[in-house]
Amino acid sequence: MAGRSSALTWTLAAVLFAAGVIPILIPSMATLVVLILAKGIVVLGIIILLQAGQVSFGHAMFFAAGAYTAGFWGKYLGVGDLVAYLVVGTVIATVLGLLVGLFVVRYREIFFGMLNLAFSMVLWSLLEKLFHLTNGADGMRVPRPTVFGMVFSPESFQYVLLYLTLAIAIVATIAVQRFLESPTGNMLRAIKSNETRLEYLGVSARRILLIGYVISAALGGIGGVLVAVAQQIATPEFAYWTKSGEFVFIAILGGVGNAMGAFAGSAVFELVRFYASAQLANSWQLILGVVLIAIILFAPNGLIGLWKRQRAARDES
Amino acid sequence: MTATVLLEARGLAIRFGGVIAADGVDLDVLEGEKLAIIGPNGAGKTTFLNIATGYLKPQAGTVRFLGKEITAHRPRDITRFGIARAFQIPQLFLDHTVIENLLIAAAGHSGRTTLMRSLHDLPERAEMENLLDLVSIRDVADRRAGELPEGKRKLVDIAVALALKPRLLLMDEPTSGVASSEKFAIMDILVAALDKQRVTSVFVEHDMDMVTRYADRVAVWSAGKIQMSGPPAEVLADPVVREQVIGI
Repeated sequence: MAGRSSALTWTLAAVLFAAGVIPILIPSMATLVVLILAKGIVVLGIIILLQAGQVSFGHAMFFAAGAYTAGFWGKYLGVGDLVAYLVVGTVIATVLGLLVGLFVVRYREIFFGMLNLAFSMVLWSLLEKLFHLTNGADGMRVPRPTVFGMVFSPESFQYVLLYLTLAIAIVATIAVQRFLESPTGNMLRAIKSNETRLEYLGVSARRILLIGYVISAALGGIGGVLVAVAQQIATPEFAYWTKSGEFVFIAILGGVGNAMGAFAGSAVFELVRFYASAQLANSWQLILGVVLIAIILFAPNGLIGLWKRQRAARDES
Repeated sequence: MTATVLLEARGLAIRFGGVIAADGVDLDVLEGEKLAIIGPNGAGKTTFLNIATGYLKPQAGTVRFLGKEITAHRPRDITRFGIARAFQIPQLFLDHTVIENLLIAAAGHSGRTTLMRSLHDLPERAEMENLLDLVSIRDVADRRAGELPEGKRKLVDIAVALALKPRLLLMDEPTSGVASSEKFAIMDILVAALDKQRVTSVFVEHDMDMVTRYADRVAVWSAGKIQMSGPPAEVLADPVVREQVIGI
């Protein structure tokens, strides 16, 4: 048990090291790596909910809440600080998560998934229709923020953003992994296997799911702020159901049994999109679709599951 | 000698469509006893456990636990009052190991839902390991509950209930689905554990050998009422009980 998790920790360290070093050698990769890490942070939240067997098809609402925090700040308060964006964006996503969560944790499976979808589409509509507040479909520009009060040039800012994102991703991964091993994290998994028994232990399954839901909403908010800052824009697309689907897709691609799966999935997703869209323009989704079918058929536990299986096979021989 | 009444059911009535499960059931469970409930199939014995644990609401009547009315409470509240339940079909967290099943129960009982501390580092761990010994399932502590044979699962199910340190344990056919050669062994372990933890118990049972050997008192549930209750030797010798319930 300890051996396996420490092997995973080392791999995590190696991957994150690569994430930190590659962009120094290839500067054009910096923003791509930020996107990979930021989406990985959002997907950590999806993985938390999947422990309880629940799939949210509306998590983009928290992602958008984070992104629009930066957008509104830029439009109404002027250029802000990245740290402030992150703090306020996380708080807003957390509060939104609590409000929506109080309602959706009463439902399970398809009802849970669809209610999340409905809430996220309400947010999408508001962002799109309240043109005078949100600039509608054009989205809100996110000017380059200061960081801890310091102003950076575009070149150095991309590295500051990269390393800040990397640090957040590391902390988030460790925290989520520990959470999943905690009593509450184990109770989340218990919701999936036997909710009745959980109630007969004196535990409120709804409360446990709500804790997981609020944490996952907070992670969505953090990822949203980072992506909006990296792309310098927040648009209603951020809240659209296809964005929610993308996060679920990445979670399944990476593997839901482990926090690491979020980043493995996110890296493959973004790299395929990056290179496939350059080659195939509008049909890059076709390639992702084929990748997903292959994963579901041949590696139902995702990329991390595939990697673990190979390790196990090697250990045996 | 008057023992404390732990659980007191009065005038319980419930019907499912045309089927009358309970029609004025009065039943007391005394502190420290092992009460067996017997009766024909479909008589409503499991329904009684469902009512007493808040899973079903009776159409009439009340259940009191230590004098406090619990009829309208939810299962998790009743669990916190001190009534635990073991199931006819073991209800376990099949993806978790046996020790994890117990630790989750311990965490639920203590309300220790910390977010950053590992389940395996709970202070109750040593206590849960003792419980594994008590129920003789230490050997499967690190096996996934889903891969265990039925007999072991039954014991894990009861251990999970005992992890809640209940005053009263309600069991639904603790030895059903277990090979008859194992039944006595399992009941011996179980009864020793109950005695050691001083837990009062109620068990629904079909096997009269089990009742004779392990119950202090038997209640006969038939046609929606408690027809008779008393020491096993007396009740099982009754001609009406023999004909209607045991089927001789």
